Amino acid sequence: MVKQNSPGSCRNRNALLSRRTTNLLSKTYMAFIFLFLYLPIFVLIVLSFNDSKTRVEWGGFTLKWYVECFQSETIMSAFATTLQITLISAVISTIIGTMAAMGISKMKRKSRTFYLGATNIPLLNADIVTGISMMLLFVKFIDLGFVTVLIAHITFSIPYVILNVLPKLKAANHSTYEAALDLGATPLYAFYKVTWPEIRSGVFSGFLMAVTMSLDDFSITYFTKGAGVNTLSTMLYTELRKGIKPELYALSTILFFTVLILLLAVNYHPSKKTPSRAKEDFV
Amino acid sequence: MNRIKQQFLAGPYLVWIIGFILLPLAMILYYAFFNEDGTFTLDNIASIADPVNLKAMGLSLELGVICTLICLLLAYPLAMILNNLHIKNQSFVVFVFMLPMWMNFMLRILAWKLLLNKNGVLNTILLSLGMERITILNTPAAVVFGMVYDYLPFMILPIYNAMARIKKDYIEAAHDLGANNFTVFFKIIVPLTVSGIISGIVMVFVPALTSFAISELLGGGKVLLIGNIIEESFMQGMQWNIGSGLSFVLMVFVMISMAITNAFDKDGEGGTAVW
Repeated sequence: MVKQNSPGSCRNRNALLSRRTTNLLSKTYMAFIFLFLYLPIFVLIVLSFNDSKTRVEWGGFTLKWYVECFQSETIMSAFATTLQITLISAVISTIIGTMAAMGISKMKRKSRTFYLGATNIPLLNADIVTGISMMLLFVKFIDLGFVTVLIAHITFSIPYVILNVLPKLKAANHSTYEAALDLGATPLYAFYKVTWPEIRSGVFSGFLMAVTMSLDDFSITYFTKGAGVNTLSTMLYTELRKGIKPELYALSTILFFTVLILLLAVNYHPSKKTPSRAKEDFV
Repeated sequence: MNRIKQQFLAGPYLVWIIGFILLPLAMILYYAFFNEDGTFTLDNIASIADPVNLKAMGLSLELGVICTLICLLLAYPLAMILNNLHIKNQSFVVFVFMLPMWMNFMLRILAWKLLLNKNGVLNTILLSLGMERITILNTPAAVVFGMVYDYLPFMILPIYNAMARIKKDYIEAAHDLGANNFTVFFKIIVPLTVSGIISGIVMVFVPALTSFAISELLGGGKVLLIGNIIEESFMQGMQWNIGSGLSFVLMVFVMISMAITNAFDKDGEGGTAVW
């Protein structure tokens, strides 16, 4: 008894010590990565309130960059274009993608392989190649502009919707839909009453993915946009090549907090039953 | 009957696939393999052997590999730490580390440009400490910094998700059977997260290999990656055939890297992974 106990407690003490060291190391490491990720953003936020011509010296608090940001036509028109493209493309790709997922789920292996293979192309291909290939096609038929950017965004968003909806359809109970039809429901009514509740969360996270991808895209937009149209990403690229304007710090700050609030609302909505699971789906 | 009818729901998507996925790819292949006058040629593909292009391709591969390795080395311990956190708001902490991913890509580059500038934050701090200025901006190092910053969350996320799926029982069982932490790490944790590592590598390496905006903005036009050469051949030089040829080569490299990573993934699922 004693013989067994003493090495055991010794091991426990060692384990406790090593756990403490590991704990400290873990915290330091997390702090290091946290600093790496957030220091640049923090600097942007601070400088957006900085009343100084030389960029990094503190010259007092000001909101003038925010005023200039909202008065800048370049920024505001790019912002409006981004919102339009993102919302329209997300809605259209969610509709086409959800329908496609429902179709694919009923397919035999051969056609399913074709559809899923084609779905993987925009996901796996390099953005620059996707953008260029679409540009090569578009210039044959129409001028590059708002419509071509919209088509491009719908194209790269559909796969995310399909990949979010398909698993939900797979998990859904197929007999209930058939049963609804047998009991006299129209297909539309049966869809609304039976299928929709089962796939709703997948459609929703697919839509959010489409929004995220569209908001963040640069390369594909860059090649399909033509001369007149700019989204935030392409506008920023042009501006950053010229130099850095303080209005852009203000814009960054506004966007950062918008994203923060939106994500908190989506992930930690009180009515959501399992927030962490939902986030995993969303990602 | 019903089954057939429901398949038609994929109709609009079929049109979309043909019109906007397959046809564009056919276009790029046509431009890559044919001359302006419509004769078949391999010159556009062969232009990768041009010293400038070859150097750019080599640099892209080099920076891509470096960036992927750094991301993996930074992300793996972090994913482990996040997974082992036993606190109430674990999901919030994970969320904090994922948040920068949703910031606009360009704004993240702007932030780095600001830090690394000649008169930027880093140099101001160095000067105030009595040290000399360092020039990182417009060097390959700046480009790697930017890439790591932009793509790190894409490495953290899949690895973290893979780790979260590991059953704690496995680890406890291994400890009960006398395995030490080292053995548990290499025999259980690493093999069970191979799929996460693989998707992380693909999600970081492919965009890093093909990026042109980061190198343009943080490299100041001095760091030429293959993406920059392709971009210039379309947007400035109007050399669409050569640009398409180089894009085709780039596509092949992307496919090769995916084939390699997929081969590793299969080994991992067999449960007898060497590494």
